[in-house]
Amino acid sequence: MSTLTAAPEGAPVTDKLRLHGNKLPAFALPVIAVVSVGVSLLLYFATPMDSEIQILLLSLLLFAAGQTIASSLIEGGRRARDRFATTLLIGAFLLAMVPLVAVLVTVISKGAARFDYDFFTHSMRGVSARDHGGGAYAAIIGTLEQIALASLIAVPFGVLVSIYLVEYGRGRISRTISFFVDVLTGLPSIIAGLFIYAFYLIVLGAPQTGFAGSLALIILMIPTVVRSSEEMLKLVPNELREASFALGVERWRTILKVVIPTALPGIVTGVMLAIARVAGETAPLLLTIFGNDSINNDPFSGHQSALPLYIFTEAQKPQSWAVDRAWSAALTLIIIVMLLNLIARFIARRTKV
Amino acid sequence: MTTEPAAQTAGSAPSEPGGTGGGESPPSTSTSTGPRSKAKVSFADATFKNVTRLCGFLLLALMAAIALFLVLKATDALGDNKANFFTTETWFPNESGNPRFGIAALLFGTVVTAAVAMIIAVPVAVGIALYITNYAPRRVGDALGYIVDLLAAVPSVIYGLWGLAILAPHMNGTQLWLSQYLPWFPWTPLGGAILGLAFGLIRRAAPTGSSSVGTPITLGVVLGVVVSLIAGIADAPDDIGIFSTPSGQVGRSIFVAGIVLAIMVLPIVAAISREVFKQVPIAHKEAAFALGATRWEMIRTAVLPYGKPGVISASMLGLGRAMGETIAVALVLPASFGISVHFLEPAGNTIAANIANGFGDSNDTGRGALIASGLVLFIVTMLVNIAARAIIARRAEFSGAAS
Amino acid sequence: MATRIDIQGLNVFYGKFKAVAGVNLAIEPKNVTAFIGPSGCGKSTVLRTLNRMHEVIPGASVEGKVLLDGEDLYGAGVDPVNVRRQVGMVFQRPNPFPTMSIYENVVAGLKLNGTRKKSLLDTRVEESLRGANLWEEVKDRLGRPGAGLSGGQQQRLCIARAIAVEPQVLLMDEPCSALDPISTLAIEDLIAKLKSSYTIVIVTHNMQQASRVSDATAFFSLEATGQPGKLIEYDKTTKIFTSPTEKRTEDYISGRFG
Repeated sequence: MSTLTAAPEGAPVTDKLRLHGNKLPAFALPVIAVVSVGVSLLLYFATPMDSEIQILLLSLLLFAAGQTIASSLIEGGRRARDRFATTLLIGAFLLAMVPLVAVLVTVISKGAARFDYDFFTHSMRGVSARDHGGGAYAAIIGTLEQIALASLIAVPFGVLVSIYLVEYGRGRISRTISFFVDVLTGLPSIIAGLFIYAFYLIVLGAPQTGFAGSLALIILMIPTVVRSSEEMLKLVPNELREASFALGVERWRTILKVVIPTALPGIVTGVMLAIARVAGETAPLLLTIFGNDSINNDPFSGHQSALPLYIFTEAQKPQSWAVDRAWSAALTLIIIVMLLNLIARFIARRTKV
Repeated sequence: MTTEPAAQTAGSAPSEPGGTGGGESPPSTSTSTGPRSKAKVSFADATFKNVTRLCGFLLLALMAAIALFLVLKATDALGDNKANFFTTETWFPNESGNPRFGIAALLFGTVVTAAVAMIIAVPVAVGIALYITNYAPRRVGDALGYIVDLLAAVPSVIYGLWGLAILAPHMNGTQLWLSQYLPWFPWTPLGGAILGLAFGLIRRAAPTGSSSVGTPITLGVVLGVVVSLIAGIADAPDDIGIFSTPSGQVGRSIFVAGIVLAIMVLPIVAAISREVFKQVPIAHKEAAFALGATRWEMIRTAVLPYGKPGVISASMLGLGRAMGETIAVALVLPASFGISVHFLEPAGNTIAANIANGFGDSNDTGRGALIASGLVLFIVTMLVNIAARAIIARRAEFSGAAS
Repeated sequence: MATRIDIQGLNVFYGKFKAVAGVNLAIEPKNVTAFIGPSGCGKSTVLRTLNRMHEVIPGASVEGKVLLDGEDLYGAGVDPVNVRRQVGMVFQRPNPFPTMSIYENVVAGLKLNGTRKKSLLDTRVEESLRGANLWEEVKDRLGRPGAGLSGGQQQRLCIARAIAVEPQVLLMDEPCSALDPISTLAIEDLIAKLKSSYTIVIVTHNMQQASRVSDATAFFSLEATGQPGKLIEYDKTTKIFTSPTEKRTEDYISGRFG
């Protein structure tokens, strides 16, 4: 790559301040790109790789390396590091987006197969292994009810905790609470299910119902709600609170009328993320709601189904039409989550003004 | 430089008077209404405070209850256990009269899959967040941020389904390649890094030396990878590295499970990191630029240190999700018990996946055993949290929040 | 050390909006030059073009020339990173890096430029902090966070950080507007001392400050909001504040508008 050391063009008359930096000539990057693709192709044939993605990955690495070496020779180490970091960041971004976008594309294309009227109006009652029909009506009802119940309890509770932590909490107690919020944040979802199983179902002897599932979901929602609304409350400038106190407004009114409205868009977004998280939780439901092929509108009695659980059970069945049902249910679940997100953003935008 | 006597008075200046650039707010109104006195806390005020505090205590109670009931239900089963819970690799809790089960293999699988996921996901996620906040043009960044937020909202069961149906079959080629051509990984890069570190430290100790050890370490790692690659091409003996496969088989391995988890965790960590990096005050970025920093140097001086606590807690959230993810792992891994350092071979199980697989057809002791394993998972995640907290707290006074 | 700055036919745009039009200005070396004028007149914008800091704001662009000892900052092949190495800047709000200690803050710029030798860094820290009149106050707590200092101390820390890399020019964007009078006085003393080594350009809202610290003063103004800011008058500070040529300058300094 020694051909790249072209003399910097248009050298200045005086440069005692050293304002000018040597720059890679314009042809350098294309040359390096071609060379790196060439080398990775060579390596591809020398050490047989199975997938084209690896050529891409290797080319990218070689390009980053080649560019860095050329740059450090001509432009110096600092520029070289800057270029390397830039290439790496963009590369990481592009590479990561491939599987992520592929997930969405797959779910949409595969989910379309059974995304029909029957799917949304029928349950799995009486659908045998050989039947192509059946739908997720019962599962959708179950999921919506369980999420609604969970949010109804977890959101106010979580916001209140965050208010305590930000507005009142001082010293050891609030530090302890804050610590355990962190612990809860990292709590594996299956543990929440196990706890509800051990406590609510065994010790209290309650039956497996949709509500038991909600209880498990509450545990998973709380820390997310607390953390996000805590962050948002902290962002409310103190000047705002002081301005309100200065007008003689009591602290609780200040919190409810000034602090919360200011932080609301962020809180709503956090809540929506929390809901989105629990909407897809399968493991705790596995232990708590049991699943039900029939429609059960009452979350407080009898087994219920839920969309994630439905995906799980259908995906494990060997028949291709069952797997189709799983993909359609996945698409439904994504749509529900996306709708929640859009609503949240809409609210956030309106209240911001 | 001239040395004049230091300014006499500045040190005693009152700290930060208002800070909001004088002139704008009339100073009289706030004093005339009088400062809030502590004695005048009204009933409503006190009630509100107590309600919020009660919620805080309830949260503590919930936490205690989780620990308590898991312990309670676990102890019976542990008492019946005829094997050492911590060292046994097998899981036969349902044999009446002779339940034998241990956490070793499950814990190993849990930790390793989560570690693989974090090693892949965290750097990439931070990269994505940095790209969106500091490189992409504003509009593009906003749009991408929106996409990442949406992806973070995609339920994990869907990533699991995708990983199972689409990714796992496509991973065989990559796994075969890795096992063939990087047989000594990661020992040679690791050795290279250690040599590099030693070299850097020696150089630093020399009176004229520079204090940078990053470059020699990087060189050592690159050298190690090259050595491993050469060994692979030369078909050197290979049953020491984590990519080597003595059985000659690759498949639904710990590595694949780790990648599925990484894809699942990636948007979550990226979304939170993006939020954190967005909060970096422009003043700090400008300060770095004004000192003649390149964009990357600006990120290293202003953005990364400021965002570090946030990125750590985002990673912890991701780690929690990765360790606790049940369904995807349950479907990907073949649920075999045993500890093997050959991460590409079709073997392995995790605590969460084992609970999901085994819960349905367990007897009382079996469920107790599963709860006991859940307790271990719970403790591990808690330890991870404590460690993260310690890392953050160690530099708390230097945190960005102080200013 | 110290460099002369020539601004020739400078126009600044934010996207399509022309923020500053047709500025011609010659700033003398080892002098303090003050930019004054009403809000929105573009004085801070002009200041930021002197080390290409406006480029940090997306969509900002510049026409015309800014010559540093005859060398155009906007010439082909000029690297803004190198420019900022020569032209240091102090901002309106003190902005020490919150994650760094006092010591680390001062050496931040040096480390970027590859200085890693401990002994050299130690010397430069002491020199810079002495140069910024801060050494005596912080010498016993160099390892403490920079954000823990008072506002005035933080601002002097930022000055120390800027001069640690030994620039030619020091730009100050309303450096005292967030400070109390005593801290302001300390900064003004410091400016008087620094001008023996650096070319200093300071933007200020405070006309007394301009008259106290500067040798020359440039008055910027704008016709109306939405119009570009223009340089109205530029002269020795004593002249501007005693017998300005322009009516608008006189109106402004006598407090009749702005």
